[in-house]
Amino acid sequence: MQQETRKRMIKESAIWGFIVLELIFFSVAGHFLSLSENAFMDFENMLLLLKQSAPIGIIALGMTVVMINGNIDLSVGATFALAAVVMLDSMSWPIFAPLGDWVIPVSWALALLTGMVLGAINGFIVWKTGVDAFIVTLGSMLGFRGLVFMYNGEQPTFQLNWTMVDIAEARLFGLQTPTLVLIVCTVLVWLMLNKTIHGRNVYAVGDNREAAVNAGIRVGPHMMINFIIIGFLAALSSVVFYSASGSVNPNDGMLYELWVITAVVLGGTKLTGGKGSVIATFGGVIAIQLLRKGLGHIGADTAMVNLVIGSILIAVLYLDKQLNRKGDGDLKV
Amino acid sequence: MADDRMKQVGAFLARQGILVAFLLFMIGFALANHRFIAIDNVLGVIRSSAILGVMALGVTFVVISGNLDLSVGSMMSFSTIVVLDLHDKLGPALAIPAMFAMTLALGALIGFLVGYLRLNSLIVTLGMLSAIHGLTLTYSGGKNMDIADKAGTWFGGIGRGSVLGIPGPILIFGLLALVLSVTLAKTPFGRKVYAVGGNGTAAIFSGIPRARVVFMTYIISSFCVATAGLLQASRSLGSQNTVGQGLELDVLAAVILGGASLLGGSGTVFKTVIGVLILGFIQNGLLLVGLEFYVQYVVTWVIIILAVWLDVAAKRGRILSPIA
Repeated sequence: MQQETRKRMIKESAIWGFIVLELIFFSVAGHFLSLSENAFMDFENMLLLLKQSAPIGIIALGMTVVMINGNIDLSVGATFALAAVVMLDSMSWPIFAPLGDWVIPVSWALALLTGMVLGAINGFIVWKTGVDAFIVTLGSMLGFRGLVFMYNGEQPTFQLNWTMVDIAEARLFGLQTPTLVLIVCTVLVWLMLNKTIHGRNVYAVGDNREAAVNAGIRVGPHMMINFIIIGFLAALSSVVFYSASGSVNPNDGMLYELWVITAVVLGGTKLTGGKGSVIATFGGVIAIQLLRKGLGHIGADTAMVNLVIGSILIAVLYLDKQLNRKGDGDLKV
Repeated sequence: MADDRMKQVGAFLARQGILVAFLLFMIGFALANHRFIAIDNVLGVIRSSAILGVMALGVTFVVISGNLDLSVGSMMSFSTIVVLDLHDKLGPALAIPAMFAMTLALGALIGFLVGYLRLNSLIVTLGMLSAIHGLTLTYSGGKNMDIADKAGTWFGGIGRGSVLGIPGPILIFGLLALVLSVTLAKTPFGRKVYAVGGNGTAAIFSGIPRARVVFMTYIISSFCVATAGLLQASRSLGSQNTVGQGLELDVLAAVILGGASLLGGSGTVFKTVIGVLILGFIQNGLLLVGLEFYVQYVVTWVIIILAVWLDVAAKRGRILSPIA
């Protein structure tokens, strides 16, 4: 029993231990290798790191919910791009012209609505057809990307609005808007998963779908709500990011799904469903960003970053397997 | 009696649905634009699908054994870059086997991790996608790779030449498809791949070495990737180091379109070839009727969902999912 608790503690704090290790390593290595005058643990540098984690991090929260639920969503990168196109394009629609700067919240709302509708489409197909979420969202990853291109051809969509940039770059208690959104969302999703009936059902359905059906959970609509949540979060991430940059290319957000899944898996969420936590996902997101920034700080190039992140992902998977072994019986079969 | 026949027709449609859809689709486009079925257009489409197709052949084995391979795109960039670089250093006759050896080594590593260590294939190959991309960038130093003397080498003949009017890539694709089809359908190894994917535990209890079979599927997959890299390199004689980026999901789409289940245990090489051709002809057909290239993404989306839905619905005997 005591051994069980210890094992659980090791597993749950593993990601934070890894982050501390990274901090120590990059601080020490940076001292010798870095060309920059600033220390790695510089306060401003850490704030910047949090801000840069936000786009992937916000989507990763939704991915955690969907993965605990036993599904997966590969279409988030395309949703991210389409929400941005809708947001930036709608700001110049003639109907909204009388609104002045009040067009900003309207465009945000439209972008978020777009994300929710795309999520609902995925969820509805998964619910009604019974096709695996991996295939459904692999298809819609292509389909949504097609919609992005159909909207504005191969042209970039851009809209420069200084009020919007000011909001996106604002600071509260020293934290930038993207960081705040990431933290608030983490807290909200944590509350949703741990304090609501819907949250409990997320784990129940992911752990054993049959049993959840027998327990009277309406699994289809339940999963659809989770797809709406991840669609909303992907759009929110897009709103936060593109409010600052103001320009989107039709290819933006490609391969985001892979980065997001990497972060979620590093946080310890299982692909098979039923287990996982958003706090650990938050840790996973920070760990990856720290790795990118840290390797950059000590002068490694993108190639090294890719190599290291890939190797760490596999190593984590291996360690996790060792820790989760229930007995020697698991070894044989 | 008539009812029986209806059922038979229904079952046939469900089983061969993808083939029927393919034929209807071809007839539809041929009526819309007669150039669609002209010999040179058809050959052109197959030739440009060949690289994707060769990769899809290998991934079919991996998927039937119940695993995934997301690293094929990144691995294809790797083999393309390596063979182009070695071409100038060792000459083509040595560069090709050297590149195959290096790509097979990567496949062996994945096969070891998934087969013998039993790690989740999605995450392993996701990690390898990133790691191999890093390896490619390190190898090339981030630069594009080019063959110095493009006119004075026979290397380009593989991807550009033709035998009896049939372009080289189509010959290689066809030959590989034939060999792998026979391997999967007619050899003991092929039966084992289905057994492992159908029910891994049962396979182990019947004495099938699951780990070795899974290992071999990744070797086959990486061999196909190396072939695709060779075709890509010899067709363009120069390449960026992101040439295969994103192809992994296109390949998977083709395999799924061919009716292989992601749960493993079903699928054939022939149907994967049909899946690849459908993707190729959709793109070509839509362009010929004058639509932009990105319309194919939306059409592909609809077709993938419909194809898999039909398959799933036929297996469970009802259209809508029973989950409430």
